[in-house]
Amino acid sequence: MTLTLPQQSSKPPSLQPTGWLRYLSFSVDHKVIGLQYLFCGFAFYFIGGALAGAIRTELTSPVADFMPRDVYNQVLTLHGTVMIFLWIVPVVNGAFGNYLIPFYVGARDMAFPRLNAVAFWLIPPAGLLLITSYFITGAAQSGWTAYPPLSLTTPASGQIIWILSVLLLGGSSIFGGINFIATILKLRRPGLKLMQLPMYCWAMLGTSILVVLSTPVLAGTLILLSFDIVAHTGFFNPGLGGNVVVYQHLFWFYSHPAVYIMVLPAFGLVSEILPIHCRKPLFGYTTMVYSIMAIVVLGLVVWAHHMFTSGTPPWMRLFFTIATAFIAVPTGIKFFNWLATLWGGKISLNSAVLFSCGFIINFVLGGITGVALAQVPFDVHVHDTYFVVAHFHYIVYGGSVFVIFASVYHWFPKVTGRMLDENLGRFHFLLTFIGFNLCFAPQHWLGLNGMPRRVAEYDPQFALVNQISSVGALLMALSTLPFLWNVIASARSGRIAGDNPWRALTSEWLTTSPPPVENWKGEPPLVTHPYGYGIPADQIDLRDVSGTDLWSNGR
Amino acid sequence: MTSLSPQEEALDISVHAEESHPDHRMFGLATFLVADAMTFAGFFAAYLTFKAVNPLLPGAVYELELPLPTLNTILLLVSSLTFHRAGVNLRRNDSQRCRRWLLFTAVLGLAFLVSQMVEYFTLPFGLTDNLYASTFYALTGFHGLHVTLGALMILIVWWQCRTPEGRVTAENHFPLEAAELYWHFVDGIWVVLFVILYLI
Repeated sequence: MTLTLPQQSSKPPSLQPTGWLRYLSFSVDHKVIGLQYLFCGFAFYFIGGALAGAIRTELTSPVADFMPRDVYNQVLTLHGTVMIFLWIVPVVNGAFGNYLIPFYVGARDMAFPRLNAVAFWLIPPAGLLLITSYFITGAAQSGWTAYPPLSLTTPASGQIIWILSVLLLGGSSIFGGINFIATILKLRRPGLKLMQLPMYCWAMLGTSILVVLSTPVLAGTLILLSFDIVAHTGFFNPGLGGNVVVYQHLFWFYSHPAVYIMVLPAFGLVSEILPIHCRKPLFGYTTMVYSIMAIVVLGLVVWAHHMFTSGTPPWMRLFFTIATAFIAVPTGIKFFNWLATLWGGKISLNSAVLFSCGFIINFVLGGITGVALAQVPFDVHVHDTYFVVAHFHYIVYGGSVFVIFASVYHWFPKVTGRMLDENLGRFHFLLTFIGFNLCFAPQHWLGLNGMPRRVAEYDPQFALVNQISSVGALLMALSTLPFLWNVIASARSGRIAGDNPWRALTSEWLTTSPPPVENWKGEPPLVTHPYGYGIPADQIDLRDVSGTDLWSNGR
Repeated sequence: MTSLSPQEEALDISVHAEESHPDHRMFGLATFLVADAMTFAGFFAAYLTFKAVNPLLPGAVYELELPLPTLNTILLLVSSLTFHRAGVNLRRNDSQRCRRWLLFTAVLGLAFLVSQMVEYFTLPFGLTDNLYASTFYALTGFHGLHVTLGALMILIVWWQCRTPEGRVTAENHFPLEAAELYWHFVDGIWVVLFVILYLI
């Protein structure tokens, strides 16, 4: 018997534009917004990278011959601002957070999809504003810290545009943070307990708490700073009875947690990647969770270690030194947990794992110099030298950016349904790792020998080491070429990945690749053991998995 | 029936199950207010540090009178109560009374703003006179901005519940609840501000 159905239109009703146009549209789908964050972030990464290239080119010779000194100041300010506010923060939070968190909590979308889109669409205008300020009036010249009185005496228009841009980005960050907190705490699939969540959820919860608590303080501070510039009030102007140290306190109350806003999500992402490729459960789940929360709490009370040379009283130096040293404990716990996860695992040494291991090595080096910098007797000597530059690049580049690349290699099959080329990926890792260490390791020496940062000219005795550092920067620039080629070529004609090429157990892999609009057809899976690797593979039938019966097979 | 490719099927809304979406907007607003409170906390911290560390420049004038701000405090505290009455009446489905209380609240808020302006014009110092003057105007001005936004919200909600079938009803009272939480928050900030700026 034939059943006659009413004639249907050949095209199904779609929720949003298809094809590449959907990435330029005001979509409220968390996956599209996540990719928008990612693409936008990479665009600004290349701009910020070009600026870094200009800085390193200038520093190959001891005199300012590549660009005038005031242009160098602008390039330096733009580089710092772009890399922090437009690359790392939006990508490790916005891009991967938006893409993964709804999967991990078993939701169809974020808690506030529209707010999510608003948060993203604040970023491109803010970034364009920042970049174009260079061409219109000259960009800000006072570094990403915008310390007064420097920010009050450099040209005002560039500084005001900088403030406006950072305020927009801060607003975006706060909206994103509210969304993540609500999604993780309120949108969990029934039956999914907090202590069963993948580690990235915990990292994002901690990060979002920091965002919500600290970013508004930066916003308020920058509003006061703009009053000083525009209305000639004297909040931070010593000439008018103001106090510059208050600005530093308020600024670092945000900007120290900002380091954790950049690096905690990276911790979470590495904790997702390592167990899958080592076929072992994440070591010490509970201690990882408590470590993240300890870092959140301690991260809010260590800010003055950036200000040991700002006339801080002895009790303050003592307190902030001790508090900072304490942070090394939870961070160390996480470090050893990753090592223990790797220990004895069946490690497939692919690009994602290589970048994750690169992260572990770089981050522990950056962490050690961080502990050293927290000690007042050491810090007062290397403050504002290249030692600090080396330290924080080991944290934000060696830490966060390496993890961003690891995550791209790991989640590319999920997003596109195709695999990246592993040989190109390993080549990319090799170039990046060598280039990065060649660029920044010598800067420790430069700093210890007294080369100040943020200057276009330096003592000729430092020329050779600076040239070595610049060669490293060139390698880093070149390393993006195989990556870009790999991404473009693989997205078009890479090997078909299948739904779950890594045989992973977390819920973003328990659907098609790329995933459907509402993430799963039918019920979201209930993944109560996201790291339950080690069960013989033949006992897990991943083609026929609906979440709940996944665990009855193996145990 | 036409068969759909997997991609088309994924985009087809009819395939997906209809699910109820619980309302987390109040939670989101509360989180936002925590962030907002941190902005004020930053301002308060700056003010208290200035007060502790930076002495007034010679010849600087910084005197605050108490009567007007005390009246302002009373205005805002009463307005919190009237807003609460409005919410109670809305949940009783008495939109007439609800609207009356809302209007009363908005009038109290506007009276606060007028009184604040009067204070501004009678103060012996201006925005750029000295550090405390600047901080005073920044803090009260930022709070006044919040009151202005809150008053606008109240008027919008007042407009939205003008008919029993309107956007704000006994069943759908999120806009009113959100405005109410925000208003209580702004009042709470004022009490702290009053203590720190005028009493200490």
